[in-house]
Amino acid sequence: MNIHEYQARELFAKFGVATQPGAVAFTPDEAEAVASKLGGKIVVKAQIHAGGRGKGTFKNGFKGGVHLCDTPAQARDLASQMLGQVLVTHQTGPEGKEVGKVFVGEAVDITKELYFAILLDRATSAPVVIASTEGGVDIESVAEHTPEKIIRVGVNPALGLMPFQSRKIAATLGLTGPLANQAVKLFANLYKLFIDCDCSMVEINPLVITAKGELLALDAKFNFDDNALYRQPAIVAMRDKSEEDPREVAASEYSLNYIGLDGNIACLVNGAGLAMATMDIIQYAGGKPANFLDVGGGASKDQVSAAFRIILGDANVKGILVNIFGGIMDCNIIANGIVEAARETSLSIPLVVRLEGNNVEAGKKTLAESGLALITGDDILDAAQKVVGAVAKAA
Amino acid sequence: MAILVNPDTRILIQGITGSFGARHAQLSLDYGTKVVAGVTPGKGGQLFSNVVPIFDTVDQAVKETGATVSVVFVPPPFAADAILEGVDAGLDLVVAITEGIPVNDMVKVKQAMRGSKTRLIGPNCPGLVTPGEGEKSHGGCRIGIAPGYIHKKGNVGVVSRSGTLTYEAVWQLTTRGYGQSTCVGIGGDPVNGTSHTDVLKMFNDDPETEAIIMIGEIGGTAEEEAAAWAKEYCKKPIAAFIAGATAPPGRRMGHAGAIVSGGKGTAAAKIAALEDAGIAVSPTPAEMADTLIRHWGK
Repeated sequence: MNIHEYQARELFAKFGVATQPGAVAFTPDEAEAVASKLGGKIVVKAQIHAGGRGKGTFKNGFKGGVHLCDTPAQARDLASQMLGQVLVTHQTGPEGKEVGKVFVGEAVDITKELYFAILLDRATSAPVVIASTEGGVDIESVAEHTPEKIIRVGVNPALGLMPFQSRKIAATLGLTGPLANQAVKLFANLYKLFIDCDCSMVEINPLVITAKGELLALDAKFNFDDNALYRQPAIVAMRDKSEEDPREVAASEYSLNYIGLDGNIACLVNGAGLAMATMDIIQYAGGKPANFLDVGGGASKDQVSAAFRIILGDANVKGILVNIFGGIMDCNIIANGIVEAARETSLSIPLVVRLEGNNVEAGKKTLAESGLALITGDDILDAAQKVVGAVAKAA
Repeated sequence: MAILVNPDTRILIQGITGSFGARHAQLSLDYGTKVVAGVTPGKGGQLFSNVVPIFDTVDQAVKETGATVSVVFVPPPFAADAILEGVDAGLDLVVAITEGIPVNDMVKVKQAMRGSKTRLIGPNCPGLVTPGEGEKSHGGCRIGIAPGYIHKKGNVGVVSRSGTLTYEAVWQLTTRGYGQSTCVGIGGDPVNGTSHTDVLKMFNDDPETEAIIMIGEIGGTAEEEAAAWAKEYCKKPIAAFIAGATAPPGRRMGHAGAIVSGGKGTAAAKIAALEDAGIAVSPTPAEMADTLIRHWGK
């Protein structure tokens, strides 16, 4: 789950992580009101989940989703040109994203940009802090080209991030005097946020030193542990479904695990590993997968028909591969679900079904006697080759 | 021999009265597995399926029945507590089937288990099976949710992060006449109890295991670590498959651990590490058994 920049700032404020003053505005009037309270130079930023906002262009021709200005009236004017408009960035795709809110904040005079992140280290099964003097840039390239500029500090989960560790990180980042004290407090509060909100990653890039001698978290990226959302109602309340793929939202309502991709062969599989492997084998057979879809170990008829509707909602889809290993599940029940879903949706594109496992003979019989023009595959490779072939033939 | 469990292993089931736990407890009993106890707080004194005594605590169940292995079917909010209850009772092995346990809970569990004698497998795993001698491998030790009948007693060890992909590999082996020593599902979460490397070491030391299939997926570096270990120490032929070559970066592919982030954990990097270690990598999931049989030369 992702959150907006202004929501990240609200979390920072709640946990005492220093950040630039400002607030979200849903209308030009609100933007002006926020700006009047701040005073000084103002920044107005379009709030969408995609990156590259500063260099983006609105469909109304207005350039840039991030602007500086000097007066509340100007902030109002900027907000009115962004709100309700569609912003296209290199991450949104050509369709862009409608901007429903802007962040209005105090502009910051930056003297130095740093990098600071906390994430789960799988190798040690514990949190790790990553910091660098090279902030404001892509940290992956820093790690690749100048690994000596990356600081890694492992955290003992029973103790949490200790003050001595924070002092050591601050010193390595070249922070001294009052800045070092601010850093120790900021790191401790951020660690508390990381644990209390069940984050799997929180990244501050950049962490800045201002001309006034303050240390501020200027931009942040959060990842939350989906498994822990049941105990994080405040985080769940930040979910903005308009930012998500509508097919993924629909799938989650049926407890289906769906991820849309850009190919034309849809797949419906039980089990995450087998679903990934099915995508791979479609590509191996010369096709392109349209999605990842795991219906889980105990899929019901309703879930199978919902899965078909979601798959067919993607206009790019030209063929479907169903790959089920019914270990405990009865293959005949699954076969009945497929037949019903194909009838309900008046399926008109090639459907290849590969069933294996419990009561498979009855399942194959159900498919064969359904009268549907479906193709059966003997094993996964055979099924993948058949669906790729059928789609090529239909094209 | 086999590894971790054998047909005589006495197991208890935590969460035996929940619908999921009850269903799989019954399937294990039907397979001939020695399910000797169940644990559901507040239901002590009752019987499961008229034969298996239910206890309020794992401690009582262990003392009364001599169970040495527990299977956890407890829902996510209570699963960490259930795992540690098994550790506290001094079990040899705890297998956590539960999917969806918060990562922070597992970080604490791993920390708390340091120095204990208990091994954890999972969470979010299908469990493990040591096939039996009977028809359709009946009489074996089935722990978790795998279908028992697809197995066959034999000499191939299987270790995997994924459930249905494991069943694929097992079924391919069985239908080609190759049986299995033990099949272990280590689970798809980023923090788990037992790694690929841990299981490879056990297979390497097990006289009954002659060859190994290892199934991995994108995310983390566990497969690379296993490859590095195998290159140095493993005396037995290994075939591998890695799922997720076509997965987009930054997206969690179902399993919490299956995510390529920051250019780490790609299928390409894992396959390169495996090949460098002399492991035969199956190009598709349809050829896992055939790849092993060719590499093994048997």
